[in-house]
Amino acid sequence: MLNYALLIACGLICCALALNAWRLIIGPTTPDRIIAVDTMYINCIALIILLGLYQGSSSYYESALLIALLGFVSTSAFCKYLLRGDIIE
Amino acid sequence: MAIFLEIVVSLLLVLGSVVMLIGSIGLAKFPDYFTRLHAPTKASTLGVACILIASMIFFSVDLGHMDLKAALISMFLLITAPVAAHMLAKAGLHYKVSMKENTQNKHLAKKAYLHQRPDDK
Repeated sequence: MLNYALLIACGLICCALALNAWRLIIGPTTPDRIIAVDTMYINCIALIILLGLYQGSSSYYESALLIALLGFVSTSAFCKYLLRGDIIE
Repeated sequence: MAIFLEIVVSLLLVLGSVVMLIGSIGLAKFPDYFTRLHAPTKASTLGVACILIASMIFFSVDLGHMDLKAALISMFLLITAPVAAHMLAKAGLHYKVSMKENTQNKHLAKKAYLHQRPDDK
Protein backbone atom coordinates (compact mmCIF):
# COMPACT_ATOMS: atom_id res chain seq x y z
CA MET A 1 0.00 0.00 0.00
CA LEU A 2 2.86 2.34 0.81
CA ASN A 3 4.38 1.55 -2.58
CA TYR A 4 1.18 2.58 -4.38
CA ALA A 5 0.94 5.78 -2.31
CA LEU A 6 4.58 6.59 -3.19
CA LEU A 7 3.90 6.03 -6.89
CA ILE A 8 0.77 8.23 -6.82
CA ALA A 9 2.54 10.99 -4.89
CA CYS A 10 5.53 10.86 -7.24
CA GLY A 11 3.27 11.15 -10.31
CA LEU A 12 1.31 14.08 -8.86
CA ILE A 13 4.47 15.97 -7.90
CA CYS A 14 5.93 15.38 -11.38
CA CYS A 15 2.73 16.87 -12.86
CA ALA A 16 3.17 19.86 -10.52
CA LEU A 17 6.80 20.24 -11.65
CA ALA A 18 5.70 20.16 -15.30
CA LEU A 19 3.14 22.92 -14.64
CA ASN A 20 5.84 24.99 -12.90
CA ALA A 21 8.19 24.49 -15.84
CA TRP A 22 5.43 25.66 -18.18
CA ARG A 23 5.00 28.84 -16.13
CA LEU A 24 8.80 29.24 -16.08
CA ILE A 25 8.87 29.13 -19.90
CA ILE A 26 5.84 31.26 -20.76
CA GLY A 27 5.88 33.56 -17.69
CA PRO A 28 5.20 37.03 -19.07
CA THR A 29 7.41 38.91 -16.58
CA THR A 30 10.60 38.14 -14.65
CA PRO A 31 8.89 37.94 -11.19
CA ASP A 32 6.57 35.22 -12.58
CA ARG A 33 9.64 33.18 -13.47
CA ILE A 34 11.07 33.69 -9.98
CA ILE A 35 7.83 32.37 -8.43
CA ALA A 36 8.05 29.34 -10.72
CA VAL A 37 11.63 28.61 -9.60
CA ASP A 38 10.66 29.13 -5.94
CA THR A 39 7.83 26.59 -6.27
CA MET A 40 10.06 24.18 -8.19
CA TYR A 41 12.65 23.90 -5.42
CA ILE A 42 9.95 23.19 -2.84
CA ASN A 43 8.58 20.44 -5.10
CA CYS A 44 12.11 19.06 -5.53
CA ILE A 45 12.44 18.80 -1.72
CA ALA A 46 9.25 16.70 -1.70
CA LEU A 47 10.61 14.47 -4.50
CA ILE A 48 13.87 13.89 -2.61
CA ILE A 49 11.94 12.97 0.57
CA LEU A 50 9.87 10.52 -1.51
CA LEU A 51 13.08 8.96 -2.88
CA GLY A 52 14.34 8.55 0.67
CA LEU A 53 11.08 6.85 1.68
CA TYR A 54 11.29 4.56 -1.36
CA GLN A 55 14.84 3.47 -0.57
CA GLY A 56 14.22 3.34 3.18
CA SER A 57 17.20 5.56 3.92
CA SER A 58 17.00 8.63 6.14
CA SER A 59 20.24 10.15 4.83
CA TYR A 60 18.39 12.17 2.17
CA TYR A 61 17.33 14.74 4.78
CA GLU A 62 20.68 16.50 4.55
CA SER A 63 20.32 17.11 0.82
CA ALA A 64 16.72 18.29 1.33
CA LEU A 65 17.90 20.74 4.00
CA LEU A 66 20.68 22.01 1.69
CA ILE A 67 18.19 22.56 -1.14
CA ALA A 68 15.85 24.42 1.22
CA LEU A 69 18.64 26.72 2.41
CA LEU A 70 20.08 27.45 -1.04
CA GLY A 71 16.62 27.89 -2.56
CA PHE A 72 15.69 30.54 0.00
CA VAL A 73 19.00 32.33 -0.49
CA SER A 74 18.66 32.27 -4.29
CA THR A 75 15.06 33.57 -4.18
CA SER A 76 16.21 36.41 -1.91
CA ALA A 77 19.10 37.17 -4.26
CA PHE A 78 16.79 37.27 -7.31
CA CYS A 79 14.37 39.61 -5.52
CA LYS A 80 17.20 41.82 -4.29
CA TYR A 81 18.53 42.03 -7.85
CA LEU A 82 15.12 43.09 -9.17
CA LEU A 83 14.59 45.60 -6.35
CA ARG A 84 18.01 47.27 -6.26
CA GLY A 85 19.73 46.33 -9.52
CA ASP A 86 22.54 44.75 -7.50
CA ILE A 87 22.89 41.91 -4.99
CA ILE A 88 25.72 43.03 -2.68
CA GLU A 89 25.97 46.79 -2.42
CA MET B 1 5.06 -1.85 10.24
CA ALA B 2 1.57 -1.74 11.71
CA ILE B 3 -1.22 -1.47 9.18
CA PHE B 4 -2.82 1.64 10.65
CA LEU B 5 0.51 3.51 10.61
CA GLU B 6 0.93 2.53 6.96
CA ILE B 7 -2.56 3.91 6.23
CA VAL B 8 -1.72 7.18 8.01
CA VAL B 9 1.60 7.57 6.14
CA SER B 10 -0.02 6.79 2.77
CA LEU B 11 -2.88 9.23 3.37
CA LEU B 12 -0.46 12.01 4.37
CA LEU B 13 1.69 11.37 1.28
CA VAL B 14 -1.26 11.48 -1.13
CA LEU B 15 -2.82 14.50 0.62
CA GLY B 16 0.46 16.43 0.51
CA SER B 17 1.09 15.74 -3.15
CA VAL B 18 -2.52 16.63 -4.09
CA VAL B 19 -2.17 19.96 -2.25
CA MET B 20 1.13 20.68 -4.04
CA LEU B 21 -0.49 19.88 -7.39
CA ILE B 22 -3.34 22.29 -6.56
CA GLY B 23 -0.80 25.02 -5.82
CA SER B 24 0.97 24.45 -9.12
CA ILE B 25 -2.33 24.45 -11.05
CA GLY B 26 -3.05 27.82 -9.42
CA LEU B 27 0.40 29.04 -10.47
CA ALA B 28 -0.25 27.98 -14.05
CA LYS B 29 -3.87 29.15 -14.41
CA PHE B 30 -4.42 32.33 -12.35
CA PRO B 31 -4.78 35.57 -14.30
CA ASP B 32 -2.26 38.06 -12.87
CA TYR B 33 0.98 38.19 -10.90
CA PHE B 34 -0.37 38.70 -7.38
CA THR B 35 -2.95 35.91 -7.60
CA ARG B 36 -0.23 33.66 -9.01
CA LEU B 37 1.92 34.60 -6.01
CA HIS B 38 -0.94 33.68 -3.68
CA ALA B 39 -1.47 30.11 -4.86
CA PRO B 40 1.86 28.25 -4.53
CA THR B 41 3.26 30.01 -1.46
CA LYS B 42 0.52 28.58 0.76
CA ALA B 43 -0.19 25.29 -0.97
CA SER B 44 3.39 24.16 -1.50
CA THR B 45 4.31 24.84 2.11
CA LEU B 46 1.34 22.84 3.41
CA GLY B 47 2.00 20.02 0.94
CA VAL B 48 5.68 19.66 1.73
CA ALA B 49 4.88 19.81 5.47
CA CYS B 50 2.43 16.89 5.03
CA ILE B 51 5.04 14.85 3.15
CA LEU B 52 7.73 15.62 5.74
CA ILE B 53 5.40 14.61 8.60
CA ALA B 54 4.65 11.32 6.79
CA SER B 55 8.40 10.73 6.37
CA MET B 56 9.01 11.58 10.04
CA ILE B 57 6.37 9.04 11.18
CA PHE B 58 7.80 6.37 8.85
CA PHE B 59 11.41 6.74 9.97
CA SER B 60 10.49 7.12 13.65
CA VAL B 61 8.76 3.72 13.51
CA ASP B 62 11.44 2.22 11.26
CA LEU B 63 14.45 3.28 13.32
CA GLY B 64 12.77 2.87 16.71
CA HIS B 65 13.52 6.39 18.00
CA MET B 66 12.28 9.89 17.25
CA ASP B 67 13.69 11.34 14.03
CA LEU B 68 13.36 15.11 14.15
CA LYS B 69 15.33 16.10 11.02
CA ALA B 70 12.10 16.25 8.98
CA ALA B 71 10.57 18.54 11.60
CA LEU B 72 13.67 20.76 11.26
CA ILE B 73 13.21 21.02 7.47
CA SER B 74 9.48 21.76 7.74
CA MET B 75 10.10 24.41 10.44
CA PHE B 76 12.70 26.03 8.18
CA LEU B 77 10.30 26.03 5.23
CA LEU B 78 7.45 27.41 7.34
CA ILE B 79 9.72 30.27 8.45
CA THR B 80 11.29 31.14 5.09
CA ALA B 81 8.28 30.78 2.75
CA PRO B 82 6.45 33.93 4.00
CA VAL B 83 9.70 35.93 3.88
CA ALA B 84 10.34 34.85 0.29
CA ALA B 85 6.70 35.62 -0.65
CA HIS B 86 6.99 39.10 0.91
CA MET B 87 10.17 39.82 -1.06
CA LEU B 88 8.53 38.53 -4.25
CA ALA B 89 5.51 40.82 -3.70
CA LYS B 90 7.84 43.79 -3.17
CA ALA B 91 9.75 42.89 -6.33
CA GLY B 92 6.46 42.73 -8.25
CA LEU B 93 5.36 46.13 -6.94
CA HIS B 94 8.74 47.60 -7.88
CA TYR B 95 8.59 46.00 -11.33
CA LYS B 96 5.07 47.46 -11.81
CA VAL B 97 3.54 44.23 -13.07
CA SER B 98 0.00 44.65 -14.40
CA MET B 99 -2.91 43.91 -12.07
CA LYS B 100 -6.40 42.72 -12.94
CA GLU B 101 -8.89 45.60 -13.39
CA ASN B 102 -11.01 44.62 -10.40
CA THR B 103 -8.10 44.58 -7.92
CA GLN B 104 -9.14 46.58 -4.86
CA ASN B 105 -7.11 49.50 -3.41
CA LYS B 106 -4.79 49.81 -6.39
CA HIS B 107 -3.78 53.33 -5.34
CA LEU B 108 -2.00 51.88 -2.27
CA ALA B 109 0.52 49.97 -4.39
CA LYS B 110 3.03 52.80 -4.74
CA LYS B 111 2.73 53.76 -1.07
CA ALA B 112 3.18 50.17 -0.01
CA TYR B 113 6.38 49.99 -1.99
CA LEU B 114 7.71 53.27 -0.58
CA HIS B 115 7.03 52.17 3.06
CA GLN B 116 4.66 55.11 3.67
CA ARG B 117 1.53 55.00 5.76
CA PRO B 118 -1.63 55.51 3.65
CA ASP B 119 -2.35 58.95 5.16
CA ASP B 120 1.21 60.29 4.73
CA LYS B 121 1.86 62.67 1.91
